[in-house]
Amino acid sequence: MTVGLEHYLIVSAILFAAGLFGAIARRNLLIILLSVELMLNAANLALVAFSRFKGSPDGQVMVFFTITIAAVEVAIGLALVVSIYRRFKAISSEDLTTMKL
Amino acid sequence: MDTIIFYILSLMAVVCGILVVANPFSRNPLVSALFLLGTIFSLAGLFILLNAFFIAAAQILIYAGAVIVLFLFVLMLVDLKEEVKKKIKLFALITGIIGSLMTAGVFILTILYSMPLKTQKDMFQGDPSELGKTLFIKGEFLLPFEVISLLLLIAIVGAIYISSKENNSGDLHK
Repeated sequence: MTVGLEHYLIVSAILFAAGLFGAIARRNLLIILLSVELMLNAANLALVAFSRFKGSPDGQVMVFFTITIAAVEVAIGLALVVSIYRRFKAISSEDLTTMKL
Repeated sequence: MDTIIFYILSLMAVVCGILVVANPFSRNPLVSALFLLGTIFSLAGLFILLNAFFIAAAQILIYAGAVIVLFLFVLMLVDLKEEVKKKIKLFALITGIIGSLMTAGVFILTILYSMPLKTQKDMFQGDPSELGKTLFIKGEFLLPFEVISLLLLIAIVGAIYISSKENNSGDLHK
């Protein structure tokens, strides 16, 4: 039995669901950022698999851009985490209730 | 042979990915970051299996070399002693399980019912020069590529500004 496109897509779907669970259920801001990275990686896997099985390099170009965007997102996200930690002395998302009435 | 390697790598990716978000033994973000490293390496192996050699190299260089290192630096800066003790709330756990299982169910059912690209003829051979031609010579992606460099510059300036000390030490209402 050869490995087809759907095998890669199912692995990608499972990884995406794991990342989504982390982004919803965990409250540590760093873990939420890690989960978003996991979701981006799952999307990358799907794009590379599509590119391979369609026979065109466009998907890989898209992944190239996505990896760059992920690096940018991590840099800005971690800067925000450091800034939040300086101001609130906590990085739990439920402690950030300054705008609550 | 390919099939066995695929199953080993995807099992490693999925197990490490689940341990990133829900590790029953340790609640330390450091452990999660290292498991994300495991996922990234297994995904790079899957990319090589898909003949995407350049993307696999870029994945290891950028994620393992830059992103995880940045995460570990911030983890060292932040004091996590009381964060680690907090448990996941039951409500959040139920919401997360329902949401992620339903998303996974929709994806997997869509994949299984549509059976995409059953009749593939010519698979992309993954020559990196092909990728470079698409990126630079065809001209379709030339403008996005330049915009990405501008975005990186903006991100550098923004990250320095957001995390700088003068920006944070003052009172909010001053």
